[in-house]
Amino acid sequence: MEILKVKHLRKTYHTKKHEILAVEDFSFNLKQGEFVAIVGPSGCGKSTILSILCGLDKPSSGTIEINNNLKFGYMLQGDNLFEWRTIYKNCLIGLELENKLTKENLDYVNHLLDTYGLKDFKKAYPNNLSGGMRQRVSLIRTLATKPDILFLDEPFSALDYQTRLAVSDDVYKIIKKEKKSAIMVTHDLSEAISMADRVIVMSPRPSTIKNIYEIKLTGKSTPIQNRKAKEFADYYDKIWKDIDYHV
Amino acid sequence: MYSEEHQKYLKKIKINKFFIRFTQLLIVFLILFLWQFAANHNLINTFISSSPKAIINTIIELYKNETLFHHIWITFYEVIISFLIATIGGIIIATILWRFKFISKVIDPYLTILNSLPKVSLGPIIIILAGASTKAIIIMALFISIIITIINVQQAFTSTDENKIRLLKSFKAKPHQIFFKLILPSNYNNLINVCKVNIGLIFIGVIMGEFLVSKAGVGYLIMYGSQVFNLNLVMTGIILLCIMASLLYYLIVFVEKRLQK
Ligand SMILES: Nc1ncnc2c1ncn2[C@@H]1O[C@H](COP(=O)(O)OP(=O)(O)OP(=O)(O)O)[C@@H](O)[C@H]1O
Ligand SMILES: [Mg+2]
Repeated sequence: MEILKVKHLRKTYHTKKHEILAVEDFSFNLKQGEFVAIVGPSGCGKSTILSILCGLDKPSSGTIEINNNLKFGYMLQGDNLFEWRTIYKNCLIGLELENKLTKENLDYVNHLLDTYGLKDFKKAYPNNLSGGMRQRVSLIRTLATKPDILFLDEPFSALDYQTRLAVSDDVYKIIKKEKKSAIMVTHDLSEAISMADRVIVMSPRPSTIKNIYEIKLTGKSTPIQNRKAKEFADYYDKIWKDIDYHV
Repeated sequence: MYSEEHQKYLKKIKINKFFIRFTQLLIVFLILFLWQFAANHNLINTFISSSPKAIINTIIELYKNETLFHHIWITFYEVIISFLIATIGGIIIATILWRFKFISKVIDPYLTILNSLPKVSLGPIIIILAGASTKAIIIMALFISIIITIINVQQAFTSTDENKIRLLKSFKAKPHQIFFKLILPSNYNNLINVCKVNIGLIFIGVIMGEFLVSKAGVGYLIMYGSQVFNLNLVMTGIILLCIMASLLYYLIVFVEKRLQK
């Protein structure tokens, strides 16, 4: 079932001196429970697309069709935790804003924190946590309001390689277990191939969709395992050529 | 329990802190002693430079004719009232400017001009408008501190991390929610600093006001003392101001510590 339909999205930014056509044409549909990754050269408008999809920005033209009952969760680049709030309170911010601090929701947040290894850190403050833990808190904060679609903007870019692999594995499991749909922007092609069901490759600005890959791996399981699949290198090569990095 | 090494480390910090305090007190006593010594042996002209003993005597005298606490109270009252109005008013105005960028842009050059204007020059106008009264003194103090309060607080508010605002907006937060959940708490330290700076500015304003118009208060004591060439009284006034200013400063530090818990 398709839960999000984007048709001919176009975005122009206006500044005093320039008019920047960031996204020229972007169309795609998201299926229920699907994990889609968007890759593309820096500045091609990936963040722009995400912020338009979740309603923070307006498109210049094009249509976005969504089921009105669906709820969005936006995980921004960087964890943006509030240093003056405890981990627990940080996770509650969305519920506070929506006035939904019900017993049921609080239990859910507690459950998430317990399940994902933050049980002993509920009363701690963000600066006592490692980068990976902070990222998990940021995800739980997004999940707390029970969104149906998650928008993830380079969620792991602040992490070192080891942690990055571990946390992306975690996050992937969490998203699949909670049965969410997700759109993730990343620079890391391996990350995209190992996590996503589909990978969208964008062209440089003004960007259009260059290619969409259906990722079919033998013995598909967790991201770390997926990296060992025999088709992995193939996809990597193709996408690498699409993006055509000039060094 | 801490390891032996850590205990040593803690002890070292404690001893170090003690020596700093000790030296600070020593300096005060040394100055007082030298001052009194020089006065006793006619090394300085006590008529102009006064002496610790004379100052203490003056304080006792003021206390005996029941005017000491009257003057202190008047000044204290003026400071507190102006401080509350300037700080709370400044924050409210800064909030409005943060919320409505149009007003902020319109008003910006006026704020800049008012801020660079030497406020003392407004003294005569204030006296004419408000009369030679406590009201004039408070207005004087307000003028000195509120403009800079508005500028500083607004600056702090608008430099709040844009990404955190976007985060709240992604949860569909309304402006007042953004203000109370993010802007205010994230600028807590800035607001405390504004308070600390304000206390100093308010004192300048109040004493200046008292020089110009008042019939009571510590500023008046200093002014009166200099007019009748009673330098003991002038010195006493200055010492009283030192004590009051540091008391108020520590009051803010105390409130700060309480709020942090
Ligand atoms: N608020 C804005 N005003 C003007 N131009 C903007 C604005 N935001 C983005 N742009 C421009 O739009 C283009 C796309 O920006 P965007 O942040 O979406 O790229 P991105 O693909 O997310 O890049 P990166 O991979 O580096 O995060 C860039 O060229 C940028 O300069
Ligand atoms: Mg981006």
